[in-house]
Amino acid sequence: MGLEEKLPSGFVLTTVEQAAGWVRKSSVFPATFGLACCAIEMMTTGAGRYDLARFGMEVFRGSPRQADLMIVAGRVSQKMAPVLRQVYDQMPNPKWVISMGVCASSGGMFNNYAIVQGVDHIVPVDIYLPGCPPRPEMLMDAILKLHQKIQGSKLGVNAEEAAREAEEAALNALPLIEMKGLMR
Amino acid sequence: MSDEHNGSSVPAPRDEHGEVIGVRRGMFGANNGGDTSGYGGLVRTVALPGASSRPYGGWFDEVADELEGALEEQGLVPENAIEKTVVDRDELTFHIAREHLVNVAKTLRDDPALRFELCTGVSGVHFPGDKGRELHAVYHLRSLTHGRLIRVEVSTPDEDRHLPSLVPVYPTNDWHEREAYDFFGLVFDGHPALTRIMMPDDWQGFPQRKDYPLGGIPVEYKGAQIPAPDQRRSYS
Amino acid sequence: MTTPHATPRATTEGTVYTVTGGDWDEIVENAAASDDERIIVNMGPQHPSTHGVLRLILEIDGETVTEARCGIGYLHTGIEKNLEFRSWTQGTTFVTRMDYLTPFFNETAYCLGVEKLLGIEDQIPDRATVLRVLLMELNRLSSHLVCIATGGMELGATTIMIYGFRDRELVLDLFELITGLRMNHAFVRPGGLAQDLPPGAVDQLREFVKTMKKNLPEYDALATGNPIFKARMQDVGYLDLTGCMALGATGPILRSAGLPHDLRKTDPYCGYETYDFEVPTADSCDAYGRFLIRLEEMRQSLRIIEQCIDRLEPGPVMVADKKIAWPAQLALGPDGLGNSLDHIKKIMGTSMEALIHHFKLVTEGFRVPVGQAYTAVESPKGELGVHVVSDGGTRPYRVHFRDPSFTNLQAMAAMCEGGQVADVIVAVASIDPVMGGVDR
Repeated sequence: MGLEEKLPSGFVLTTVEQAAGWVRKSSVFPATFGLACCAIEMMTTGAGRYDLARFGMEVFRGSPRQADLMIVAGRVSQKMAPVLRQVYDQMPNPKWVISMGVCASSGGMFNNYAIVQGVDHIVPVDIYLPGCPPRPEMLMDAILKLHQKIQGSKLGVNAEEAAREAEEAALNALPLIEMKGLMR
Repeated sequence: MSDEHNGSSVPAPRDEHGEVIGVRRGMFGANNGGDTSGYGGLVRTVALPGASSRPYGGWFDEVADELEGALEEQGLVPENAIEKTVVDRDELTFHIAREHLVNVAKTLRDDPALRFELCTGVSGVHFPGDKGRELHAVYHLRSLTHGRLIRVEVSTPDEDRHLPSLVPVYPTNDWHEREAYDFFGLVFDGHPALTRIMMPDDWQGFPQRKDYPLGGIPVEYKGAQIPAPDQRRSYS
Repeated sequence: MTTPHATPRATTEGTVYTVTGGDWDEIVENAAASDDERIIVNMGPQHPSTHGVLRLILEIDGETVTEARCGIGYLHTGIEKNLEFRSWTQGTTFVTRMDYLTPFFNETAYCLGVEKLLGIEDQIPDRATVLRVLLMELNRLSSHLVCIATGGMELGATTIMIYGFRDRELVLDLFELITGLRMNHAFVRPGGLAQDLPPGAVDQLREFVKTMKKNLPEYDALATGNPIFKARMQDVGYLDLTGCMALGATGPILRSAGLPHDLRKTDPYCGYETYDFEVPTADSCDAYGRFLIRLEEMRQSLRIIEQCIDRLEPGPVMVADKKIAWPAQLALGPDGLGNSLDHIKKIMGTSMEALIHHFKLVTEGFRVPVGQAYTAVESPKGELGVHVVSDGGTRPYRVHFRDPSFTNLQAMAAMCEGGQVADVIVAVASIDPVMGGVDR
């Protein structure tokens, strides 16, 4: 990473953060990581009717070196898992991951020997997108939510602060099994 | 191989009434703990459809006659090669002794009256309850010339999972046999490269056998643990 | 000339070899003299032009492919094993996800197998059979459209991809109207269909046929006579009839070799013998021939769809046997497909027997007599065969899918070896493998 990580906290850093976030979110290059059914819906999203080009994202890169978003579209098998991690490692920072569909998010209906029960066992996931497969509109919604996240991402000392806070919140969070009310 | 049943490396002899592949007890699959349904004492044996006797009906007799005749011409005793013939649900099945499989397949492919040119691959089936013939390899052969479809079934004991490869006769079986090896551990002797095809090369075990667990994990959902599908209650 | 290596020297423990090293120039000279430009190229399993997670291992000499091998299994899902732990009806939910571009073919093939085991082939209502044919032919359109679209994209013809997906959306709109889902429908069930056509569907179907008749010629105008397209496709991916038969290739690959083998004609199911359509063939044995066959098959599918619409008579879409028929009168609600309110009122309010029956059939499922059956349908890719085995229980004992993509993909080596690297892409695209079907 460059100079922006070394900026002192304060007015300059937050301004650079906003500028960098805006630039980054406006032109996200997804890597083609189509695996199964969801890949077809991902292609549909890029095609005429849904037209992902409206969000500056129609250029799916064949090489992970040129991509900063990995849309894991489909079920990840045990055999594919090392490949997936390798492709992720080849992507330059900053990078994001959308786990598209239930199979990628949690294994879905394929709770068996062959499928990794959630791609978050292998790579950190930013957005979980449910559906089997999710409609193109849902994928676009996930992408817009990711854009918001990218826009609001922190840099330098602020990023360290944010990571610390997130860690704290995760440690204090109730396990799902103890949640009450609507979250149950 | 001799026909007598010496030890476990030779397929068990066939029963006249079809192989018993298991026993079904009770009604609701409550195998652990008391069965309060009142059906706990119910015991039923499960047997595959038994051998059929002639006439088989339709073109089945013609195919059977031609196959037997062609085997006799090669100096084989048809009764040794064809263990039994089953007609069930309008489908003709030849159970073939594994040592004769290649010969039978070649005959089925080349004989002008038979001409089963297209093999649609091999499907493995594991019957742990069919003692002495646990693993079945099922081939479906299609004749484009005559518009017919037959099934050829070969079985092997679990201790000696070998059967001859059909790749020399039907090259299309290359991947199919690798798949059957990958999932059931069936060893096709004479296959050019019998390696795993679906699972990673270093995988342990043969995942689609009945003694291999499904491998699911319990799922936590809204405060409850939902067991993997193979751990849930089943209905016997 | 003396050897640059030292001689081995014997010791009390054995032979010791000492490497004193050779001359690098000598090695370089030798390498240059052997004229060896062979390199191994790995394409995939994640590569933009390999139709999903297919791994191609190519040994190339300059630009010529000397050896080609496939690595598959990167999408192995264990669906066949999963089926063994669900009821027979739930099985459709799994098989529809095998070859995800041809869900209705998977479902129908599976259901035909289960119905054969149950012995109820004759009791399937006519309307259900006609609707199955209708859905399958719509599905053939959408599958061929994706094949042509992605095949075009891999050639660099992005326009064709946009066109293909445009028309596929029209088919998916119909699927969504009829089944409630765009993909992975689980709509065909053992015994019939999940529910009847919604109101207005027939009009939309007619409208669709009209639109497609207008759109299909655009592919001709865009691609069929296009010299660049032809130059990339003609005489590429050559596989003659002998090769097809030996490798078990079916579908457009076999028909491009001139044999009009189509299970809809040669081994009819679902009453295909009563429909009026033709089986297109080509004699070029190449990728271009397969492309033309797919185009023509789409036109024939439209013909069948028209006949299906005309044949639709009012009637049930599920077998009358209440021991098999799914009891829930399904209806589309605001939250998706579910039990109809009337049905719930009846079983909860008035009839305890109906409630018990519903509960038993939904949780436990029906029993299927012991035995095995093989049924095959002509999917857009070739012969899709299903081998179902039952042990008399409420769950399948074993279901094996003979997927045409899996078998046809074996022909990749025969099509590519000796050709150029760029032609590998065309050859693979003309096979139209879908990895969900290959790996299952």
